[in-house]
Amino acid sequence: MTTTSAQETVPTAAALALGDDALVLSHRLGEWAGHAPVLEEELALANIALDLLGQARVLLSLAGDEDELAFLREERAFRNLQLVEQPNGDFAHTIARQLYFSAYQYLLYTELAAGDGPLAPLAGKAVKEVAYHRDHAEQWTLRLGDGTATGHTRMQRAVDALWRYTGEMFQPVEGIDVDRPALEAAWLERITRTLHRATLTVPDGPRTGAWTAGAGRQGLHTEPFGRMLAEMQHLHRSHPGATW
Amino acid sequence: MVTPAATTPLEAELLELAGSVPDPELPVLTLRELGVVRAVRAVRAHGSDTVEVELTPTYTGCPAVEAMSADIERVLREHGVREVTVRRVLAPAWSTDDITDEGRRKLREFGIAPPRVRPASGAVAVDLGPTRTLGPRAHGADGPAPETAPEPVRCPHCGSAGTELLSRFSSTACKALRRCLDCREPFDHFKEL
Repeated sequence: MTTTSAQETVPTAAALALGDDALVLSHRLGEWAGHAPVLEEELALANIALDLLGQARVLLSLAGDEDELAFLREERAFRNLQLVEQPNGDFAHTIARQLYFSAYQYLLYTELAAGDGPLAPLAGKAVKEVAYHRDHAEQWTLRLGDGTATGHTRMQRAVDALWRYTGEMFQPVEGIDVDRPALEAAWLERITRTLHRATLTVPDGPRTGAWTAGAGRQGLHTEPFGRMLAEMQHLHRSHPGATW
Repeated sequence: MVTPAATTPLEAELLELAGSVPDPELPVLTLRELGVVRAVRAVRAHGSDTVEVELTPTYTGCPAVEAMSADIERVLREHGVREVTVRRVLAPAWSTDDITDEGRRKLREFGIAPPRVRPASGAVAVDLGPTRTLGPRAHGADGPAPETAPEPVRCPHCGSAGTELLSRFSSTACKALRRCLDCREPFDHFKEL
């Protein structure tokens, strides 16, 4: 990694946090390839993963060498939210994770795009892609929640299970200067509206404090993340410098 | 819409060349028609001529950008330019409004419904909306009034305004999969961005 004067202007902590979110979620969504319930969904999830990977490449390049950061860091050096590293679970869990994260990413990137900071160009570009991710997640939440009894039960179970990972999204990150309480209120309003339309109940468990998640930004991750990283990094580490 | 910048006759000529490169994924379109070549600058540094091309991706993760860069470099080198640098720019973000009218016509002929022109507000109007667009005749008493209804996505095969969304994401991130309610043919729609 080079130490140039540019590093003073590029908020490394912010680029790493948002870049790792995008990279890790991209990898998780990529795991659906070959397993999605229908072909259209296979393509949709892969396309969303590709958008996120593109965002991750730009963000990580602001913080250093994208390949080194993606493939040669240890688990403790990743700054992503614990939400995005959660396993895919059933399709409802994947959709709940998408619903929570895309609503957050859309609101955050809208704020960043409106500013003139170093993340503004990427945020302005990415927010248009994320609008489609959010739409995709909301439409599926409606179909599953307001569909069959099985779909409803499993969608409710998924939004409940991931609820405790959502408070972490509104922790302060160095270099991201946004009105966090306003962001959180807008997020909660959007999620509440979607869940109600889907005839689902807004989970009533805690989102911050004891019994909740929230140390991913400090490098503490949940147990499944190590195994995900092992799979993501093993080829690069086994064959350093390989090309094809 | 962003108008590509070229200040000298040489730069204008090189811009024309770079813009004539076909899109690697949709070869019916040139990069100029797609609206992704932003500027060409001829700079003289260390006694040798260098040409810098500004290219903007359609989507941040678009994998075609590398092929586009390589094609632009090759075309300009064949034209005698020794040093070519293709720089990726993100701002202002590319929009489907940057696709030229000629580009839209070619997309339609190729069987892809072109993107609708977005309202000038610049906001992205993607919300929980209907998946079907219908022609004016299909709106019943409880349907939206024709003047407030979204502009329909027309079938590129038969021209019908009655089409439905099958999936928001199709063969590439920039397209959605739709089906015509009249001729029943599925088709790709270059979705608005």
